[in-house]
Amino acid sequence: MPDFLLEIGCEEIPARMIVGAREELTKRVGDLLRRERLLESEALSAFDSPRRLAVYAMGIAASQPDVTEQVTGPSAQVAYKDGQPTPAAHAFAKKAGMDVAALEKITTPKGEYLAATVTRKGRAASEILAELLPKEINALYWPKNMYWRVQSEKFVRPLRWLVAMLDGNVIPLEFDGIQASNTTRGHRILAANSVTVAGAKSYVELLRVAKVLGAGERLHQIRKALDAATRTIPGARWREDQGLLDTVVNLTEWPSVIRGNFDPEFLALPDEVLVTVMRDHQKYFAVEDAGGKLLPHFLAVLNTDADHAGIIQHGNERVLRARFNDARFFWNTDQKLSLRGRVALLKNVTFQKDLGSYYDKTMRVQRLSSWLSEQLKLGGRPIRAGVVHKAALLAKADLTTELVKEFTELQGIVGGLYAKVQQLDEDLKPDVREEIAKAIYDQYKPESMEYEVPRTLEGAVLAIADKADSIAGMFALGLVPTGSKDPFALRRQANGIVKIIAEHKLPLLLRPLMKDACAEYTRSEAHPKFTALAKFDEAVAAFFRERLEFYLRDAKGYAYDVVNAVLAAGSDDVADAVARAEAVAKVRGSQDFTSISVAFKRMKNILRQAREAGKPPAASLDPAALQDDAEKQLAAQVPMVAASVTHLRSEGNYEAALQEIAKLRPAVDAFFDKVMVMVEDANLRANRLALLETLVKEFTTIADFSEIVTEGKAV
Amino acid sequence: MTSPKPNPLTFQELILKLQTFWAQRGCVLQQPYDVEVGAGTMAPETFLRVLGPNPYKVAYVQPSRRPADGRYGENPNRLFKHMQLQVILKPPPENVQELYLESLGAIGIDLKQHDIKFEEDNWESPTLGAWGIGWQVMLDGLEITQFTYFQQCGGVDLFPISAELTYGLERIGAFLQDVDSIYDIVWARDPETGREVKYGEVRYADELQFSTYNFDVANVEMLWEHLRLYEAECKSLIDYINQELAKYKSSTLAEIKAATPLGPRLKQERDRLPILAAYDLCLKCSHLFNILDARGAISVTERVGVIARVRALAVGIAKAWMEQQHGQSLGAPAAGKKAKKEQVAPVG
Repeated sequence: MPDFLLEIGCEEIPARMIVGAREELTKRVGDLLRRERLLESEALSAFDSPRRLAVYAMGIAASQPDVTEQVTGPSAQVAYKDGQPTPAAHAFAKKAGMDVAALEKITTPKGEYLAATVTRKGRAASEILAELLPKEINALYWPKNMYWRVQSEKFVRPLRWLVAMLDGNVIPLEFDGIQASNTTRGHRILAANSVTVAGAKSYVELLRVAKVLGAGERLHQIRKALDAATRTIPGARWREDQGLLDTVVNLTEWPSVIRGNFDPEFLALPDEVLVTVMRDHQKYFAVEDAGGKLLPHFLAVLNTDADHAGIIQHGNERVLRARFNDARFFWNTDQKLSLRGRVALLKNVTFQKDLGSYYDKTMRVQRLSSWLSEQLKLGGRPIRAGVVHKAALLAKADLTTELVKEFTELQGIVGGLYAKVQQLDEDLKPDVREEIAKAIYDQYKPESMEYEVPRTLEGAVLAIADKADSIAGMFALGLVPTGSKDPFALRRQANGIVKIIAEHKLPLLLRPLMKDACAEYTRSEAHPKFTALAKFDEAVAAFFRERLEFYLRDAKGYAYDVVNAVLAAGSDDVADAVARAEAVAKVRGSQDFTSISVAFKRMKNILRQAREAGKPPAASLDPAALQDDAEKQLAAQVPMVAASVTHLRSEGNYEAALQEIAKLRPAVDAFFDKVMVMVEDANLRANRLALLETLVKEFTTIADFSEIVTEGKAV
Repeated sequence: MTSPKPNPLTFQELILKLQTFWAQRGCVLQQPYDVEVGAGTMAPETFLRVLGPNPYKVAYVQPSRRPADGRYGENPNRLFKHMQLQVILKPPPENVQELYLESLGAIGIDLKQHDIKFEEDNWESPTLGAWGIGWQVMLDGLEITQFTYFQQCGGVDLFPISAELTYGLERIGAFLQDVDSIYDIVWARDPETGREVKYGEVRYADELQFSTYNFDVANVEMLWEHLRLYEAECKSLIDYINQELAKYKSSTLAEIKAATPLGPRLKQERDRLPILAAYDLCLKCSHLFNILDARGAISVTERVGVIARVRALAVGIAKAWMEQQHGQSLGAPAAGKKAKKEQVAPVG
């Protein structure tokens, strides 16, 4: 039972790709070993660093187990003539590698047949792995790859070495011109270049000696070192940042941490700017006091053991100082021209090549968001239309600032910060200015499903209008996201719209919203390029339905059948769909509801089958024509329950409405017990079908219960 | 603790050391290209040399003009014209990363005392139809080099590929000398008198005056006219070259291959076609575009259009170059091999 090890040595793999590649490699190699019957258990371990991906397993099979099986040959009739073996029997014996005399006879349902018990020798693990591992390595997915040797060989970066071993023996495999060996490399600077591997068992320890730690240990080491470095500052803590931790874990093989300092004068710059420079540009952790206030220190994660002479700290401080100086310089320069003065400059900033400039976009978004605030106002929501109007005008002005040109991820945020410090209009009250600033600041929120939506109603409307404008323009051009291709991040933007409407509980319908957004392009230069207008409504509706489904399932955690049931009853009104899903999820487990769901499924099936058989329901239900007590009772209940459901529904009390529907259960059960729908009497049958159709129509507007998965058989 | 090194290199010593290092590793030391470029990549020693099959190793300093980055000499970290040391290794040797790290040793950086990381950074130039994959090399948090494996140039898939190392000389100089402003970098020190000449003394006027020109004074109408003229000349040159190249296609291939007396003459005629001149004109267009852009004179619609126009020139030139120098469109691989032997090194 030899130990197995595979290590792929590579030039620095991009940090963002390492974890995915390690997981995929582990899965691929695990599947391969199990498929080839070399590994019974799940016991496969993985190791990674920027320069290597490795998998190893203790005690895999040295070779595949031999397989003994009975092979069936020709029938006895064909195989023997006059008691003598025919050529068919000889041929079979030859194939099975034995004497004709040694063949067996077996009885099958089809008669008597010749058979042979043969043993197939399992292949050696080394041979199988040498043949198949290269295919698995080659199949690894990389978001962006390259070639360096021949054009057909692609990998994320040039592959430099391979270690493939069973115990101490090298598996003779070759990939992209590299022969596997038992030689790996340690840390670039801290360890000698070549290290001889004895086998899987000692692999991790060997790398530790060569100054390379696994991902888990690196994370632990970094956290510990960040804590230790922070402890030197009284009352301080480092700002937790999972994304940054993941990055630095994947940029290092042997991490350590240094603390650096910067001039407290820089603290006059906004936190957002300081943290962006530190985190996004320098990959430093920010340090704050117990109240969350930034302190003039930073923590840098190194890929080396220590900063013996303080040189590294000095260098990092120097770089940060220059960066902060730049930011301060940009901040000051930017104040020379107000946001209002910058709006005209947006004519020179491209939004999208066919959709015109950001100035054009500003004008459209301003009109759309004003219209949306009108609607909300009519719906009784306390929205400050003036704030929306002004914020929409200034929203994109920060794209012309030096600060945003330098730190693009601060778009919106910088606009918000500038709006706060600039006198936007002579007679603007400070609280109004504050609201305008907030709306501008929040316009790109939520950046993804986990992030917060805009804080204010005004911000929400601006954010929706901005995103709807982008989606409408792209869809009208036919630039619809497909598969993994979504260069304009339209999915993210649509997710944003859904989340904002849901969480601000806005009475906005998606279809009219997108129609209005698209209409804003009328008479623009972009409009003649709109080649996909015919399919616009349909494409947008389908796109948003998916986004809403994603929101309900992934963000809200509703079961897929609940989501299907709810969306089948409508997906245009997001806030309403969320409320319906909430109600359905609540009542879903109850006995009555389950039973009603089964009944609705049955009704739909009957209606469908009847239609297929050319037997449609009557145009309307004639209660007088019903015969059986059970059906009369059910028909009598329908209008009462329907009235009550409609009332509850209009109050938004979906849960009570659903419970009301569930009350139909005894009558429905009695109906199906006593009444046969598909009777010969055409009139009666059509009427009974009409009763079912009325039920389905009246009571599936909250959710299509037939989508609910119930235990037991579907009817 | 101040300077990372007691006796840091002057700016010119830094350049000399890097040049010596790469010369010792077989690089041709080229001189800076004498037409305005935005990056060392645009010099023909990179743009054209990376095309085709011929191995090549070259290193050169390239002053790189980016009008929009000018700051009138006021910003200590930003320049209208900065200097790159550009190294092209075609094909890249197996130990290209190690070689690069060794070069840092040559300028006095002891890696055991520092923190070095290779962080993902891919490069793309839409105007040149070029892209590559690589890293930014970070030294103690400072980006000192762009390390790129070229994959495509002028719209042509490269084979073999080249490794491109672009050292940011001002950044490295300021780092070595531990100064906070580029203008304080010691450019030269007189060995006899010890008098120091600073970067600012050499280059400040350049920065101030070109910022003024690019941002405030340049005559926009005239620039558009220049762009139009250079583009027209470049285009007609490309058309002419393509017409002439067509004459040397398939029908005459047999003659070239058979090395009949006509062969070498045909080849000579083909090699005279002035693609390098067309490329200079293309560079002019690119630079004029950059000035117009800095001047804020390019509207949204124009911008996309002008980039596409320059790109079309670059792609046309790369294609013609492949045909002229490497007989690419002369067809079969066998012919390609033969053509390779016959090749005359282009005059750079």
